[in-house]
Amino acid sequence: MHIVVCIKQVPDSAQIRVHPVTNTIMRQGVPTIINPYDLFAVEEALRLRDVHGGEVTVLTMGPASAEDSLRRVLTFGADRAVLLTDRFFAGSDTLATTFALATAIRKIGETFGAPDIVFTGKQTIDGDTAQVGPGIAKRLDFRQLTYVSKLVSADPDAKEIVVERRSEAGVQVLKSKLPVLVTMLEGTNEMRRGTLEEAIAATRAEIVTWSAADAGVEDMQKCGLRGSPTIVKKVFAPSARSEKAAFVEAEDQTPAEALVEAIFERQPALQEDLAALAGGY
Amino acid sequence: MIDERFDAIVVGAGMAGNAAAYTLAERGLKVLQLERGEYSGAKNVQGAILYSDMLEKIIPNFREDAPLERHLVEQRFWMMDDRSHTGMQYRSDDFNEEKPNRYTIIRTQFDKWFSQKVRDAGALVICETTVTSLVQNGEGKVIGVRTDRKDGEVHADVVVLAEGVSGLLGTRAGLRERPEADKVALASRKCHFLPSETIEARFNLKGDEGVVIEAAGTISQGMTGMGFIYTNKECISLGIGCLVSDFQETGQTPYDLIERFKMHPSVAPLIAGSEVKEYSAHLIPEGGYNAIPQLYGDGWVMVGDAAQLNNAIHREGSNLAMTSGRLAAEAIFQVKSRRDPMTAENLSLYKKMIDDSFVMKDLKKYKDMPALLHTQSKNFFLTYPQLVSKAMQDFLRVDGTPKIQKEKASLKSFVSARSWWGLAGDAVRLARAWR
Repeated sequence: MHIVVCIKQVPDSAQIRVHPVTNTIMRQGVPTIINPYDLFAVEEALRLRDVHGGEVTVLTMGPASAEDSLRRVLTFGADRAVLLTDRFFAGSDTLATTFALATAIRKIGETFGAPDIVFTGKQTIDGDTAQVGPGIAKRLDFRQLTYVSKLVSADPDAKEIVVERRSEAGVQVLKSKLPVLVTMLEGTNEMRRGTLEEAIAATRAEIVTWSAADAGVEDMQKCGLRGSPTIVKKVFAPSARSEKAAFVEAEDQTPAEALVEAIFERQPALQEDLAALAGGY
Repeated sequence: MIDERFDAIVVGAGMAGNAAAYTLAERGLKVLQLERGEYSGAKNVQGAILYSDMLEKIIPNFREDAPLERHLVEQRFWMMDDRSHTGMQYRSDDFNEEKPNRYTIIRTQFDKWFSQKVRDAGALVICETTVTSLVQNGEGKVIGVRTDRKDGEVHADVVVLAEGVSGLLGTRAGLRERPEADKVALASRKCHFLPSETIEARFNLKGDEGVVIEAAGTISQGMTGMGFIYTNKECISLGIGCLVSDFQETGQTPYDLIERFKMHPSVAPLIAGSEVKEYSAHLIPEGGYNAIPQLYGDGWVMVGDAAQLNNAIHREGSNLAMTSGRLAAEAIFQVKSRRDPMTAENLSLYKKMIDDSFVMKDLKKYKDMPALLHTQSKNFFLTYPQLVSKAMQDFLRVDGTPKIQKEKASLKSFVSARSWWGLAGDAVRLARAWR
């Protein structure tokens, strides 16, 4: 089984500052981390490999410094890391990013074997679009399973996978043919720690580094800023909202009843929605 | 266990560990450096000031690509009471030189750079790996380390303990005592972000010039401690630290202390309108010369904060760390070049080298100062600053009182607070400790 996991190096959102005058995000000096959602995808891929055999290839697109993130994933035990880096990719929106990543995944397929599953996190914490995973699936013509909370089973021979997917109304159990693209939810597993041997091997590992041309990109017009129809018109920091704090006193009722009543008083729509959901109760 | 053997294992990737790992790798030794943080610098806290000379001896052309904030052109010392400060200030255009002598730095960024140099020199740097104990053979010789990773034992000819101030590994292995509470300070630090133009206007700076303010007095509430304010490019690093034993005895809290420091009328305008984005705290070795443990033994050497190498009086720590790391590495290299074993006897070369350097000479000069400042803390950090402040104010306030009367009153206030004997004694003790 060949599994490709797409990860992204993102600024640590807990430490981002917005410039007080220009309202732009100040990335300088902000530490980078692996997009936290992607780590659940990495662990899920490693577990599948451990059970069914095969290889896990980690892929990222970014500046040369993104190598740090790849190396970190190698310390967890991934077999191979591919860094897609080229100034032509700079300024990519989700459309251009999916183009580049899908092209690279095809190339990975040609070079290291066709992938059965491509994993991504459900979204990144810097863009928060959740578009890249599905975009890759569309371009590769893979089936897609988004917001997956659990991998129930995988059968490499029958080329099938069963997952639990969280939706607004509940949990769906879905079966899909391979190849498939899976976007993983957070909190679905616990990241492993590699052995000292794996950590040493990861530090010494050769990172496969591809330019746009290496990855087989032919149409540069679809890359980077030129290939990105999305235009960021304005970035601004949300101003702090002041909510009125109220002291709720329970007289004849229990504190919980008094609190619910006070909430419904301020949010009548919520009361209606809940009443509709509660049905006969 | 890992089959592969290393010439040296360096535990820790702070200033001392990086200096040692770099120097060893640069000389062709096979080095494994283990760091518990996610990256080198993740756990490291310092004000921070970088001393060029000590880094130049390791990486001569560091200015080409090291992340430096501002070079220092001015030093201020403030003796503070609750509403005032009496200052001494030195500023010189001579510090605007081609190769400046001191810089402010941000350790997370600087350490990443330093770590990259260590890697480029050929050392194997493994992060997110905590060394849990030293591996010793039957005779007590250190032959390797155990880590918290699975199958995480690895062996080497020598282990460089650059594990930092708490010295857990050395203590566990019985190579040293745990640092006592009156020999370490707890310093907390905040980074106040402001536009660079604002910082430059408030501190009278242009371009990359920077200022250091060291402050002592009632801000430490009678405890032995100091505050500092350093200018970075786009933030002001501000902090205050006091002996851990003083915190224990007085029940003061570090966060109260730093908040009060920030609200002091001399400090508040400097950081007005800023945004705090970083809060960190760290222990600092303050015991001086008398608190330095054994620095070497069979198969090991100890460097930096782990060896309690910090000059509390001159607020110098990182340069002692870098220098001790470099000297330990040079000693190891010499022993290795002679194909001699890493015995205590052979590694005593490191002790000899560090004794001959400014590190031990400076620490020896001030060996009685930490104890003096501790036992006399109420006088040095409360009584005198208040007396000086009162005297300065009386001297400057024009109210028709004859000057001779004012001088007499000031003198009387000193004598009644400390007595002639007390004043003379403090002067003698201070002079002796300074000698």
